[in-house]
Amino acid sequence: MNGQGGQERQLFEWGRLVKAGLTQPLGLMRRGDVGRILAVQSGEGDVERGLLEMGFVEGACVEVLHYGLLGRDPLAVRINQNMTVALRRCEANAVLVGPLLDQTAGTETVSSREQGAS
Amino acid sequence: MTAGTLVAEGFRPARIALVGPPNSGKTTLFNTLTGGRQKTANYPGVTVERKSGLLKTPGGHPVEVLDLPGSYSLRARSPDEAITRDVVLGRQQQETLPDAIVCVTDATNLGQHLRLLLELRQLGRPLILALNMMDIAQKRGCQISVEALSRQLGIPVVTTVAMRKSGVQDLLGQIDALLNQAPAAGGTAAISDWVEPSPEAIRAYHREVERLLQEAVVREGAPERLTRQLDRVLLHPVAGPLILLAILFVMFQAVFSWAEAPMDWIDGGMAGLQQWLAEHMEESLLKSLLVDGIVAGVGGVVIFLPQILILFLFILLLEDFGYMARAAFLMDRLMSAVGLNGRAFIPLLSSFACAIPGIMAARTIAHPLDRLVTILIAPLMTCSARLPVYVLLIAAFVPNTTVWGGIGLQGLVMFGLYATGIVGALVVAGVLRLTLLRGESQPLLMELPSYKWPNPTNVLLGLWERAKIFMRRIGTIILSLMVVLWFLSTFPAPPDGATEPAIYYSFAGQIGRTLEPLLAPIGFNWQIAIALVPGLAAREVAVAALGTVYALSGDEGTVTEALTATLAQNWTLATALALLAWYVFAPQCLATLATVRRETNSWRWATFMFVYLMVLAYIAAFVTYRVALALGGG
Ligand SMILES: Nc1nc2c(ncn2[C@@H]2O[C@H](COP(=O)(O)OP(=O)(O)OP(=O)(O)O)[C@@H](O)[C@H]2O)c(=O)[nH]1
Ligand SMILES: [Mg+2]
Repeated sequence: MNGQGGQERQLFEWGRLVKAGLTQPLGLMRRGDVGRILAVQSGEGDVERGLLEMGFVEGACVEVLHYGLLGRDPLAVRINQNMTVALRRCEANAVLVGPLLDQTAGTETVSSREQGAS
Repeated sequence: MTAGTLVAEGFRPARIALVGPPNSGKTTLFNTLTGGRQKTANYPGVTVERKSGLLKTPGGHPVEVLDLPGSYSLRARSPDEAITRDVVLGRQQQETLPDAIVCVTDATNLGQHLRLLLELRQLGRPLILALNMMDIAQKRGCQISVEALSRQLGIPVVTTVAMRKSGVQDLLGQIDALLNQAPAAGGTAAISDWVEPSPEAIRAYHREVERLLQEAVVREGAPERLTRQLDRVLLHPVAGPLILLAILFVMFQAVFSWAEAPMDWIDGGMAGLQQWLAEHMEESLLKSLLVDGIVAGVGGVVIFLPQILILFLFILLLEDFGYMARAAFLMDRLMSAVGLNGRAFIPLLSSFACAIPGIMAARTIAHPLDRLVTILIAPLMTCSARLPVYVLLIAAFVPNTTVWGGIGLQGLVMFGLYATGIVGALVVAGVLRLTLLRGESQPLLMELPSYKWPNPTNVLLGLWERAKIFMRRIGTIILSLMVVLWFLSTFPAPPDGATEPAIYYSFAGQIGRTLEPLLAPIGFNWQIAIALVPGLAAREVAVAALGTVYALSGDEGTVTEALTATLAQNWTLATALALLAWYVFAPQCLATLATVRRETNSWRWATFMFVYLMVLAYIAAFVTYRVALALGGG
């Protein structure tokens, strides 16, 4: 990221997004949805660390690729266009996702999102 | 004396540990460096043990290389990751710290993989970073500045292509350079101070990786397209599970239809050998041992080699392609219904080959209860040792016809037996989860690796390895058990005026007849009872034993007749079906029980497994036999 001041600015930005209802837990996202991780928080420390270790970290760009037939569970999520991780909705809900703010990482995924929506 | 001086004075080879995230190519690198043959495959969690091998560097240093289970972090979540942590931190019993660590990372996923490197760097030990899978990174147009990365990290960095000898030269060079240096003084303080990283520490590592990549990545590669496109089909909510089912189905059809020709050749060869021995040898005990004991018994097992190889061909291709983790993803929902998660499906799939590696692979499951349940149900997955029994009985009792346009009935029955095993395993898991082993289950968090084309050499070596294991098994345990069985079946000699074949009066016959009342309700005769006893040690022995028992009980005419024909004549359909049902469940493998004891560290669970499987087998055989009789299969 870009230093202390940048982080504060970002926190402020996220606060606005949450108020505007532009954020949602990863577990509620639909296939093809993309976004940027705002927060990873779980009551259980181990789940949080597990998620962090698999690359679910604040600032990472995520895209929901697939889910299972029953209960749309589990999810397959692409992180930073690099790595695909399978997880259950329940754990995915510990990850809060907002819109992609900058376009650098999103060009390809945004177009595929439009495909998915059509 | 430091480890370094010990090395320098030639007391022992330097020890270098390969550490890295799962599926980064550590074992492939290990095999190339040491000429080893450890198992590699394209899914996370293949290696679950510490393995070591020797190597001589171009500079003449002898080096002991350690291959370790993959781990995303030194904070070990599961027993396999704990092995890695303990070796790296020198907590392993009777083992000193490794002299150096080679951190093996996937160059196409440095964003995730460098974090472990930073954790390792904290330990202050000699460290080399290997950017592996450079061939793939380059194909995608990714460019990484090795110098920049090395400068930023302050450690040597090399690029590698693990399966090529030429791809590891730089690494060998750096190892030499490291070993030529004077050993660094001290440097173990950081290790004794090591604590698990907190969530905040992990976030800090992430930020540091981000910064490093900004410095070192000259050009980012294009994202993987093939994997994305294939997954659209293979992980599709409806098409995905159907394809998984179809793959398993084709696998069992192939086991039957492709193996026919090579089986006939081996069968012909064995029959010829038997004939030749029968004609050219004097009537003697030795002749009986060779003809009835060894050729009829052991030969009866050898002919299943083609089938076992075909099964493994499928398994190896699926593993190398990257499908195993997808199968686990698709099965997750079903597994969660019985209180497990999809991760447990990988050990279960491995158990199709053999329950022992399957039980060991359960080490990748972090949660102790999940792991125990997985271990206890692994023997229900149809291992390759059951294949001879299934094939023999199916060939003898199921007509070789096709149903519904080209699907072989025999393959269909085989598929049904595998399916029964899987369903049985799920039911048992569900029951255990509701009764003895209640508790939370572990969250699923599993990387789905990119698809890769299977490497033909790797697949062929894997098959060769399997063939060797199978033949060694036949040459040792099966052969020796057959000699013992022949002895028990030949002595004592029948009394004068005996009306039954000689074996009826032998030790084996007496054992068989003692067991018969117990086994009669499920339709087994005394010949089957004889075969089941040595079959407890290893399943294939039952086939060999039936070969010997019927060879000894028959007159000269039936000796050369195929065992399938003999069985078809002697058994009712109900008996054959009951025996198949028995084999789906019965715990007929001592090595599995020993492995369960080792992995759970107690005889309690091994005993529990034996008893519950025995009871299930008896009930299944009983029900099958009675139903078949009622339907007129008598
Ligand atoms: N193209 C390419 N494939 C590689 C390379 N190194 C390894 N692979 C493949 O990557 C997959 C994983 O390799 P393994 O050696 O089993 O990985 P590992 O790090 O030992 O994995 P775990 O034991 O699960 O931790 C296999 O399919 C290998 O064939 C490489 O340099 N290039
Ligand atoms: Mg390995």
